[in-house]
Amino acid sequence: MDSTYQMVIEPRKGWQPVDFRELWAYRELLGFLVWRDIKVRYKQTLLGGLWAILQPLIGMVVFGVLFSRVAAVGSDGSPYPLFVFAGLTLWSFFQNGVSLSSNSLIGSEEMIRRIYFPRIIVPLAQIVALLLDLVISLVFLAGLMLYYRWPLSLNVVWLPFFLFGSCLATAGFGFILSTLNVRYRDVKYALPFFTQMLLFLTPVLYPISHVPDRLRVFLSLNPMAGMVEGFRYALLGSPLSWHLVAMSFTGAIAMFVAGLFFVRRMEISFADVI
Amino acid sequence: MYELGARVEAYGNLRESLTQALTTPWKALRRASSNGHQAAEDNTFWALKDVDLDVEQGDTVAIIGSNGAGKSTLLKILSRITDPTKGSVKVRGRLASLLEVGTGFHPELTGRENVYLNGSILGMRKTEISAKFNDITNFAGIGRFLDTPVKRYSSGMKVRLAFAIAAHLEPEILVVDEVLAVGDVAFQKKCLGKMAEACAQARTVLFVSHNLAAVEAFCSKAIVLQQGVVVFRGAAKEAIEYYLQSLSSEGSALASHIVELSSAPGRSAKYRPLLKRVELYTENNRPFRGELRVGAPLKAVIHFNLEEPCSHFDACIAIDTSSGQRICTAHSAYEPDRVHEERTGEQVFVCDIPSIPLVPGEYKIGVGLDVASDEVDWVDDAARLNVLRADYYGTGIMPVRGTFLVQNRWRLEPERQEVNA
Repeated sequence: MDSTYQMVIEPRKGWQPVDFRELWAYRELLGFLVWRDIKVRYKQTLLGGLWAILQPLIGMVVFGVLFSRVAAVGSDGSPYPLFVFAGLTLWSFFQNGVSLSSNSLIGSEEMIRRIYFPRIIVPLAQIVALLLDLVISLVFLAGLMLYYRWPLSLNVVWLPFFLFGSCLATAGFGFILSTLNVRYRDVKYALPFFTQMLLFLTPVLYPISHVPDRLRVFLSLNPMAGMVEGFRYALLGSPLSWHLVAMSFTGAIAMFVAGLFFVRRMEISFADVI
Repeated sequence: MYELGARVEAYGNLRESLTQALTTPWKALRRASSNGHQAAEDNTFWALKDVDLDVEQGDTVAIIGSNGAGKSTLLKILSRITDPTKGSVKVRGRLASLLEVGTGFHPELTGRENVYLNGSILGMRKTEISAKFNDITNFAGIGRFLDTPVKRYSSGMKVRLAFAIAAHLEPEILVVDEVLAVGDVAFQKKCLGKMAEACAQARTVLFVSHNLAAVEAFCSKAIVLQQGVVVFRGAAKEAIEYYLQSLSSEGSALASHIVELSSAPGRSAKYRPLLKRVELYTENNRPFRGELRVGAPLKAVIHFNLEEPCSHFDACIAIDTSSGQRICTAHSAYEPDRVHEERTGEQVFVCDIPSIPLVPGEYKIGVGLDVASDEVDWVDDAARLNVLRADYYGTGIMPVRGTFLVQNRWRLEPERQEVNA
């Protein structure tokens, strides 16, 4: 006689996709974790939510001075500070998303060792919480556009599309790195360095149009390349290679799906290894 | 209403030994990529093996065993924190587990916020938490500190709040791991009360504990785990007996029930070694190995030698605290049916103490011999007595201070009505 609720606990074999029904059942917990991460991130700080814009802002000032006065770099038509702030806004989301989510699992060691829940919620919550920061930055970006009197074109309808793509890429990286971090803490140490390097390998501070052909192919492999270029296309009207967008989206989706499978597969051993 | 049960078929759990990873790195790499689900290798350790259990709705089952027996592993598998290596568990009904209280508490959030966070982590819906919010905070007794960050709470307050949240979970199946061993005495009593409530409401409870008194009070059934294998399943009282018995037969670590007194170190030089040996037994004539539950009987069989014929001789068994303070004496002179007849040579006295209601702790047993009202032999510290907790009062609660447990009954007088002239 089966009742309404039954579960079977048995060894999970092989690669399985994330159980979306289960994830939906745990949506409240996800919500609470997002709320917790947002509340806690800026507690006891003086500047609070301002930190969301300070990162791209300071970057804009430094790189702005560096690349327009010291070493001139193109900007596809828009004023360089605007160009670089737009790129850095999205980049900050990616960088913080990956770095916070990759440390999220080991930071929740206690929860993982004592309670059952789909582990993917933990890095996912960090990334969702960062969307708030992204929104704050976008507001500031809008202000900056007003300052430069830069018109908004119809391209802006593409904005959600590229934001979504960035979320996929960030989540994909976040899931994979956070899982690896559980067993191999090297990730924690290597990550800041690699994201720093990746900043220069992504067309954030320069437009991809200025990159020589052979190198451009290499840079196109980076899923964030298309997202950043697309983001600037949507907001600033910069030229965009749809070929690049296609490549980047494929890459982002692949990373995301790989991340989903990877977390699910490895979460079995988290409690033992963490 | 609905059938509840958890059936665990044969399964085991694989735990890798770290040394293996270090000494055979290639194998370790292969194992890491296959996530540990490989055929058992020779030197792997099975935390649980071939556990086969049926738990029906409303059962309160205790899981007892020494440390390392696999109790926590079993709970982890039921809580889905670790996957079993083989076999399966079928569970009908909502299962909540309490492996530790306060999981997920964030120090920066206030008490109120943590109630919601922790409640959600434990599996309660937001609406459920809101509905029970007042009950939870009243149980915890946090009061006006509800809106201060938890990092400012004392550890006692944190525990009370954490337990209050956990106590208001109402799952069909509750799995508890020794969380009751926290907090001060008053709070522990409250927690035991809540557990009793849970059992009274016909919820299925699985309870892992070393507190045998609580186990006896709350649980109808119990299983005993020993090194990953179920060695006993049945009624709680019998399981406890079995477990204690297995402890005493573990041999060298515990004392022998036969104490040689001919050359005992606790004998002062002024005494003649007339006491030869004493054999100690507890309930059901089980050999006494140094441990005894509160209220259990003690039987001493004293072998001694009388050098000359005499009819007036007595023996005694004395229990002292470990610091040497006399607690009680059992003396053959107190025996009303004593018959004095002339004896000589080797003699045997049997002393039956029906119940030892001492507060759990360490005590010493001394043996003495009197001839013609003179103390002729006395062995101090002939054996050690470790009194273990047991459910003496039937409520799972025992005193920790004092020396004795006395029988006591309480009743509250009905309220007196005011009489008007």
